[in-house]
Amino acid sequence: MGAYLLKRLISNVLLVAIAASMAYFLAATSLNPRAKYEGRQPPVAEAIVDATLDDYNLNDKTPVFERYVTWASGVVTGDLGKTWDGKSVNDEMGRRIGVSLRLLLIGTIVGCVVGVTVGAYAAVKQYRLSDRVIGVSAFVIMAVPVFVLATMLTLVAVGINDTLGFTLLEYTGEYNPALSGWDQFTNRLNHLILPTISLALGQIAFYSRIQRNMMLDVLGQDFVRTARAKGLSRRTALFKHALRTSLVPAATYFAFAFGTLLTGATFTEKIFGWHGMGAWLVDSIHSHDTNAVAAVSLFAAVCVLVAGFLSDLIVAALDPRVRVS
Amino acid sequence: MRSKVTLARLARNPQARYGLLALVLLLALAYIGPFLGPYDWTDKDFMAFLSPPSADHWWGTTQIGQDVYAVTLRGMQKSIVIGFLVALVSTGLAALVGAAAGYFGGWVDKALMWGADLLLVLPSFLIIAIISPRLKGGSWLWFVLLLALFSWMITSRVVRSMTLSLREREFVLAARYMGIPGWKIILRHIVPNLSSLLIIDATINVSGAIIGEAALSFFGFGIQPPDVSLGTLIAAGSSKVTGYPWLFLFPAGLLVLLVLSVNLIGDGLRDALDPGSTK
Repeated sequence: MGAYLLKRLISNVLLVAIAASMAYFLAATSLNPRAKYEGRQPPVAEAIVDATLDDYNLNDKTPVFERYVTWASGVVTGDLGKTWDGKSVNDEMGRRIGVSLRLLLIGTIVGCVVGVTVGAYAAVKQYRLSDRVIGVSAFVIMAVPVFVLATMLTLVAVGINDTLGFTLLEYTGEYNPALSGWDQFTNRLNHLILPTISLALGQIAFYSRIQRNMMLDVLGQDFVRTARAKGLSRRTALFKHALRTSLVPAATYFAFAFGTLLTGATFTEKIFGWHGMGAWLVDSIHSHDTNAVAAVSLFAAVCVLVAGFLSDLIVAALDPRVRVS
Repeated sequence: MRSKVTLARLARNPQARYGLLALVLLLALAYIGPFLGPYDWTDKDFMAFLSPPSADHWWGTTQIGQDVYAVTLRGMQKSIVIGFLVALVSTGLAALVGAAAGYFGGWVDKALMWGADLLLVLPSFLIIAIISPRLKGGSWLWFVLLLALFSWMITSRVVRSMTLSLREREFVLAARYMGIPGWKIILRHIVPNLSSLLIIDATINVSGAIIGEAALSFFGFGIQPPDVSLGTLIAAGSSKVTGYPWLFLFPAGLLVLLVLSVNLIGDGLRDALDPGSTK
């Protein structure tokens, strides 16, 4: 087991290193931070631009390989470099990871828990009306891309606010900095409502489909019948025996979804004006911010691999067959 | 024989029937609809900026006086073409890479699967986003290739594992002992035996690619002007959605309908092609 884990760790670190390096080369050769300084009024002398860019390790006159070596030696020691305007990428990333976590934590948990519950319920009520309604709505929701969903939610929120005459639902930003204490806390919660819905709805649809299928597989098996036959109530048999066994795939997806969403909630973050990692992905490209692009790629690659690793651990914890072998 | 059974099952499956019907209607709307409308997609009506849907402009106009009906259908044509092309390329790539990795084994397998892992780890959104605006002036076919390049990996793993078991079957062994070269065995014996998986995968890829194109175009990383697609239209409409909802609702609605109909067909195909299915 130890040797396997070590081997896996080495191959993962290698993959992350290659992925991040490729992203760096791509960003360094095709983005143009110099454009940010040129064409200003009053014009900036070229020598000054060069000196500034040199300072941030962004000068396109330095050979790309030399810049890469400077960047990589910084990354190894935990320094991700500077943004195009000279701020520390590390600080910016720390702040943005916090924003993304505050947004995602509730959204993914709500999505997973509600999805699994709905799916299990649909399986128990197979072919009844409620099962069909759940199935059709999940199918329709899965066809709606998140940017359409999020925009529709803002449209609805504006409509509600307009008819009520005051702002019931907030739809931009993370909080109102003018408020403090308890007011600010409720204001933060209000700002969370719409993004959470837009994140959770798709996941609910997705998990409910997986969970329904898994639950149906399990419900037909002997051990559930045995549990009922030895006198357990229907509720205990369903919850303790059937639901627990059928949770494995949903749990693996949960770990994976959380990892990829850290940079993948781009649309939700952009549309609702949250400045998290997902929004940075787009912003850094638009602002020709080479080091930030490389940092986001590095972070995304680490997240995918850690999530894959975590989902394996969860399977091992839930499924005794995997644990033994 | 088998294809007959499949078709009969497909025809009896209500999901697939509705999906196909919807898709045919949408295709007709995209390709015949523009001839019925009063305006061409390049026309600009300088007497009507941002006017709501009316008898003259069925779906309203944009801020530069374009007819939303004509522009949206033009964008839908592009989205449909992109969806089908990406699905074709990516499923083809998945079949060839997966079958080669599974059939040849050894270092070929290791190298190909490692490459697939690498592509999975690379943030595809970011890479396409950096590259594709720099293809300006180039053809949008590059964009199709980029989208396809990042969407074959998971299927190729499935194909590989199925090839591993096909490789030991009698008909493949017989072909091998007759001295037929490996690539021919892959094309003639292995890929055709995976056709049901590949057909389902291609269908799912169509809707995935349509959404992917729209997602990238939403941030201006996809189809570049003056070309339009559903994604660019949705992006342009969503910034004005509160005042001028028709700019957003028509392209977004068509996108959802398109994806929904393709998904319905995919689901129906899955049932029809599943040998264990009782329907």
